[in-house]
Amino acid sequence: MSPKAKKSFQISDLFRSQMMIPVIAILLLTIFNLIIGPSFFNIRLEENNLGNAVLSGNLITILDNGSELAILAIGMTLVTAASGGQDISVGATIAIAGSAILKILCGDNPHPETMQAPIILAFLVGILAAMACGAFNGILVAYFKIQPMVATLILFTAGRSIAAWINNNELPIIKDIEFSYFGGFIPGIAVPTPFLIAVVCVIVIFLVMKFTNLGLYTQSVGINENASKLIGLNPVTIKFMTFVILGVCVAVCGLIKVSRISSINYSVIAKDIEMDAILAVALGGNALSGGKFSMAASILGAYVIQYLTTTLYRMKVPADALPAYKAVVVILLVVLSAPTVREFFSKRSKKLKTTRRGVA
Amino acid sequence: MSKKKSGGLGDRIRKMSDTNLLLTITIIVFFAMYISAIAFMGSGFLKPQTFCNILNNQAALIISACGMSIVMITGGIDISVGGVAALVSMSCAVHLDYQNGSVFTAVLIALGIGLAFGLVQGFLVAYLDIQPFIVSLAGMFFARGMTTIVNTKPFNVAHEGFKALKETRLYIPGLGSVNKKGAFVNAYVEIGVVVALVVVLVFFIVLRWTRQGRNFYAVGGSRQSALMLGINVKRTRFYSHLICSILAGIGGFVYFMHVGSGSASHAQGMEMEAIASSIIGGTMLTGGVGNVLGTLFGVLSLSTIKNIVTSAGFDKAWWTGITVAGMLCIFLVIQSVLMSWKKKAMSGGDGNS
Repeated sequence: MSPKAKKSFQISDLFRSQMMIPVIAILLLTIFNLIIGPSFFNIRLEENNLGNAVLSGNLITILDNGSELAILAIGMTLVTAASGGQDISVGATIAIAGSAILKILCGDNPHPETMQAPIILAFLVGILAAMACGAFNGILVAYFKIQPMVATLILFTAGRSIAAWINNNELPIIKDIEFSYFGGFIPGIAVPTPFLIAVVCVIVIFLVMKFTNLGLYTQSVGINENASKLIGLNPVTIKFMTFVILGVCVAVCGLIKVSRISSINYSVIAKDIEMDAILAVALGGNALSGGKFSMAASILGAYVIQYLTTTLYRMKVPADALPAYKAVVVILLVVLSAPTVREFFSKRSKKLKTTRRGVA
Repeated sequence: MSKKKSGGLGDRIRKMSDTNLLLTITIIVFFAMYISAIAFMGSGFLKPQTFCNILNNQAALIISACGMSIVMITGGIDISVGGVAALVSMSCAVHLDYQNGSVFTAVLIALGIGLAFGLVQGFLVAYLDIQPFIVSLAGMFFARGMTTIVNTKPFNVAHEGFKALKETRLYIPGLGSVNKKGAFVNAYVEIGVVVALVVVLVFFIVLRWTRQGRNFYAVGGSRQSALMLGINVKRTRFYSHLICSILAGIGGFVYFMHVGSGSASHAQGMEMEAIASSIIGGTMLTGGVGNVLGTLFGVLSLSTIKNIVTSAGFDKAWWTGITVAGMLCIFLVIQSVLMSWKKKAMSGGDGNS
């Protein structure tokens, strides 16, 4: 009797766990793709136009293109957990960071033959720029107590304009192949670099969560700000810090984004990525009103979004119509995970069990 | 007794409700901005037509922002209004040109789209208790995607009846300016402006003097208290989203009437502009505070500053974005500082009495 009871408890536990939505979504998408045709999962070793042997296939595309979203989801989860709001300026700050990186690399001439500065220097400047943006948002949210969505609306409106301003509205182009490694492949390594960068970011954040109290403090501030103040935490600093950490994530994304095309388009780069990043957090089952969070679920959520996108492309859905299908899937997932709906189903299953027992 | 002189400015501010205080600030700032624009930017702003053009260009935004304010007062948010407006303009354009529909059925389509979005989003938010941000985010994705599914290419509408409606100008008697040839030209507004002003008036009355209107404030202020007072919280939230989406539909049609074409890239960023104008108009995203009259002035302030920037010679594209953001920033900080100062003054006052 007891092992059976334990098992059913575990199943219901999984059902209640945050990982449920992304895991179920991945399973559903995989089954769907298997039915349509298992060739979707083929992975080949091909030679790209630079003469390197690289992996290619739909799964690799998912890992490659989902990386930026996964990196952003890390920072967005922390911000959501601590402040109970979302940063909608990440797309615009990616443009700022990317523009700053290109400005340093190009110097005065927008189309230089060689890079004018080492990449690491440019990347550091990009990180500084993005951290400054994060700090600006953080000050407004933490010190002035403005709701995060409203506070970040400021950089959302101004960000792309500032990015264009940094480079005087010119479109710099980097011809050096070395710069394109970050968004493509490093010679000799068959795995796309953005995925490797994402893995590094994930490892770093998990080490930070394991060896510091960041996760614990963030959650306690998100659950009850006043209570955490009374037990000696400083909610202002913690909220501020989450925004700065998001700034670092944004800078990494900015580097990948500009490296992918070795250039920048101010109005198009990372467009609507803030919506996808918030969606990743929500798909990970995290409450958008703050409090407890699961980092792994958010990251998985980011890859679910990319999986969905790639699957839709496979179904020959035109790029412009993509959002409509995405919306339907998102609503289905969110409705299924809504507390009221879950309660309804669990009541149903209980009733079913009792009637069955009665019959027996 | 209070140590401060009664009737002093600080005392009067303390007595004001948050809604009225923020509304007053918005109106003062708008007039200060417009008067300084007249003083420093020359006579262009003195012409009534300049002001009427602001109204003509922003009529759709005023309508959508009113809906947004109501949702924000109730403590929610709706970022699907821009997408709905684009979907409405494309659907109406296709209906008029490809299906030879009439203007009347086009209006019905606009209202129907708004109603459908409102019903679904309202149900999901209010009765299934899903976060409004996610619901309306999906709504925005859906509307934008559907727009391209309805028709991919942008095109101008050539329907006769619609064109007549689009070019109808209502001249304001007595207001106008002398043009270069020396003839007196009356200032005009488009039909959309009348619709917008009616919407503002109706919802100003609804929010101030009807029970449903007061319910919005109560639910936004504190859902728990509203529930204990016997207010149907779920239905109130449902209504707020319903009203917002229907207004987004009407706003979409007014937008369509102004631009006269259907395109998937129409009304891009309208949701954020609506949120920004609501905030400038004194509506707080936390709920319970706000006013549609303030929203009207918020929209006007936002477009006045844009006009000032372009006419002041900062014609480079990025200046508009930066100034609007700067203005938003100043408003937010003023609101935040004022609110915390008032809270302190209030608690101090309670201690004295």
